[in-house]
Amino acid sequence: MVFFAAVVAHFAVAVLALIGLRRRPVIAACAGLVVLAGTALVVATQAIGATSAPRKTIEWLPLLGFNFTFQVDGFAVVMALLVSLLGFGVLAFSIAYFEHDATFTRFVGLFMAFAGSMTGLVLAEDLFTMFIFWELTSVWSFLLIGLHDKSEVARRSAVRALLTTGAGGLCMLVGIGLLQNQFDTTSFAQLRDLAPTGTMASVAASLLLLGAFTKSAQFPFHFWLPGAMAAPTPVSAYLHSATMVKAGIVLLARTAPIFGDTGVWRWWVVLAGVITMLIGGWRALRETDAKLVLAHSTVSQLGLLTVLFGIGSPYATYAGVAHLVAHAIFKAGLFLGVGVIDHELGTRDVSKIGAARRAVPVSVVAIGACLLSMAGIIPLFGFATKEKALVALLDAEFGLVGSIALWGIVAGSVLSVAYSVRLLHALVRTPNDSASHDQHHAHHEASVLMRSTLAAPVVVAAVVSLGFGFAASTVGSWLVSPSSALDVKAVSKLALWPGINDALLISFVVIAIGAVIGWKAPLESKLAQQPRGERVFDVVYDSTIAGAKRITAVIQPGSLPIYVGITLLLVSIAPISAAFVDGFGSLSGLTSGTALEASVSIIAIVMAIGVAVLQSRFTGAMFLGGVGYAIAALFALRGAPDLAVTQLLVETLTIVVFLLALRAMTRITTRPVSRFPQITRMFIAATVGIAIPLLALAARDARTAPSASQDYFARSVDEAGGRNVVNVILVDFRGFDTMGEIVVLAIAALGVANLVRAAEQHRRAAISVKEVAGS
Amino acid sequence: MSIWAFALIAVLFAVGSYLLMERSLTRVALGVGVIGNGVNVLIIASGSDAGEAPIIGREGVLADPLPQALVLTAIVIGFALLTFLMTLAWRNWTITGNDEVEDDVEDRMITRRAEQTEKLGDVPHPEDVQT
Repeated sequence: MVFFAAVVAHFAVAVLALIGLRRRPVIAACAGLVVLAGTALVVATQAIGATSAPRKTIEWLPLLGFNFTFQVDGFAVVMALLVSLLGFGVLAFSIAYFEHDATFTRFVGLFMAFAGSMTGLVLAEDLFTMFIFWELTSVWSFLLIGLHDKSEVARRSAVRALLTTGAGGLCMLVGIGLLQNQFDTTSFAQLRDLAPTGTMASVAASLLLLGAFTKSAQFPFHFWLPGAMAAPTPVSAYLHSATMVKAGIVLLARTAPIFGDTGVWRWWVVLAGVITMLIGGWRALRETDAKLVLAHSTVSQLGLLTVLFGIGSPYATYAGVAHLVAHAIFKAGLFLGVGVIDHELGTRDVSKIGAARRAVPVSVVAIGACLLSMAGIIPLFGFATKEKALVALLDAEFGLVGSIALWGIVAGSVLSVAYSVRLLHALVRTPNDSASHDQHHAHHEASVLMRSTLAAPVVVAAVVSLGFGFAASTVGSWLVSPSSALDVKAVSKLALWPGINDALLISFVVIAIGAVIGWKAPLESKLAQQPRGERVFDVVYDSTIAGAKRITAVIQPGSLPIYVGITLLLVSIAPISAAFVDGFGSLSGLTSGTALEASVSIIAIVMAIGVAVLQSRFTGAMFLGGVGYAIAALFALRGAPDLAVTQLLVETLTIVVFLLALRAMTRITTRPVSRFPQITRMFIAATVGIAIPLLALAARDARTAPSASQDYFARSVDEAGGRNVVNVILVDFRGFDTMGEIVVLAIAALGVANLVRAAEQHRRAAISVKEVAGS
Repeated sequence: MSIWAFALIAVLFAVGSYLLMERSLTRVALGVGVIGNGVNVLIIASGSDAGEAPIIGREGVLADPLPQALVLTAIVIGFALLTFLMTLAWRNWTITGNDEVEDDVEDRMITRRAEQTEKLGDVPHPEDVQT
């Protein structure tokens, strides 16, 4: 329960920041820091060392099997700690980063809402709970990417990210629905015990994969993540490298033990992961904006994690958990480090950031350490985890898929060494012009406190990367509980120096090749055009909008008669098709009726046809009155005297109303409609005329229970003291309905009175204008 | 339900919907009146069999009072609707000299915009413009 309270506390701070403390965002941010630290503390003290994972279910729609279930197992603890601790660091960083920025209030609110959703997501024990928080993170991500809402680029990137992840979320929802329908549960543990197989399970698994791939920016959905870099640096560091993009990985981690051996799962995961790794790595080598380099490197690293978690081998899962932690730490440090440089120099261009060495030397050293961890260089933590990944894939026995995964990762590692070394090169090299450095002194007089606040999280990330590297075996033992929560067999260990083995030899070759490529890679190279993925998305998006406009133009031409026609046609198609399915059997149940009934009906029919045929308004009104009187007679014949009387009175009043209105209409006949062909109207009218009586027959035959009136008959005299049951229903049993009816009449009367008064005023004004013009 | 009630419902609905698809508000009001009568007959005919008036103490099979109560309300509300419609028609005539409903202006604008998009081609992407 305390975990749930922690999640709620995040949202409380978010509301506070957005509503209560608009003027004092720093106070709101401090409250956020307290909540984040508290959550980390709660998770650490309560869950670590607990014998059984605490679990809590909050019922929402138990009949449909929709409940919020949270379980704090080892993996959830690691993820929740990452979310809270990185959140703490990034929020602290942002206080200095947003020092003179008016959007800080909104940032704090959205940031805390996101942190709460992310915590909920990682604690979720069933797919449904996960989905709710999943979608929430998509929404917060959309708002945070578009934080600077006056920038066209930011808005477009935000929409791109939202639509991509949203589409994936919908696929995921369908997959969850299939699983719930088929196996009656969405709980990870129960699904794992059921070990679902068959077509339905494969389809559901594929749909879940689509959700994971869009969220974690896997090929072919990798394009939205670099676009998301339009967000301020703290957002990029937190959402788009360390936490939200890991949501897809979390989903993979949770579902791989369930679906790992189903159908095409392994192929999908390995191919998508390897392709993403290579594309991301290649682009990271060519970008000139340091932040975009990091974005593409994130895409690449996510590909690696996808392969490790998705392949479903215990050791790979263990390696995945380890590398996930390593990546979250070094990548958050890198993003914040680039943020520091950007804040100081006002540029992120890799050919210019060398000037940062003099401006922020401490941060640059810290960034260097994080880069070495990303490259997988001993003694940083990234080395130990990457070694583990290679060992796990060398040992895995999955035939061709396993080989593709292994060599894909080797190639990807060459690229990740290369882009890390390229950034390192950019940092140690003396830039061509040192003008930007001088500018900084003119513009920025940031206080020592602010500058150390900016640098601190970067340094912490670097120190942790280094410390975890030296303490690899200790950290490795911490990670046993998280990975065995995913897969009981995933028990292994990490080591700083694993001894000479195949993996180590591969690593040396990889580092050597990668370092050469990275050092030689040009820093100024300019990409010729927008990435292809974004282009494809934009073409699809723009043509969807244009297509919608065209369709609207066709089906919504603006003519009200055509709208009425389409509506009537659709309404009548339903009963007719139902009659075709169920048969027209009930037609035989029609009685011939009495002679009197026949003659009154014929009169009504003839009069009604007259209303349609005659063009004169006045005659039409008279014939309508005739129809009404005939129907009054019909009511009288059928044992409904009250109706007959009411109908007579109302019909007379209707004629009076028509006469009053028609008095003003000097042209006696109406003009026929031109745009809507007569024959089409007659066809639609005939369709309605056939469909509705069939519906009436079906309605009569569909009665299964006795009429509710039996009760009214029984209670009428005793309770209401009336013998005429129709009257008693109207004024007693359903008296409130009658009151509602009277209200409707009163409103109509008010409307009529106002329309008449307004029209009179208009006419008088028109007359006086004419008089003025005449004189 | 008798064959006559069936035929009457068919004609009232056909005539009513035919009139609803007109442009003249007076004709539309007539259509509402006709179709309203059709609905009332439909509820009575399909809701109960013919019988004596539902008054306790009467001899014979009594008709079901519930559909009658519903239809009684419907008749009155139908009258209110008709009156309102005719007032609209009258007002239109007083101000514009006819009682015809015009095309939905917003919808026509959407159509025109779609045609323009087709003619001009898509607006260039803002990121392309910058580079």
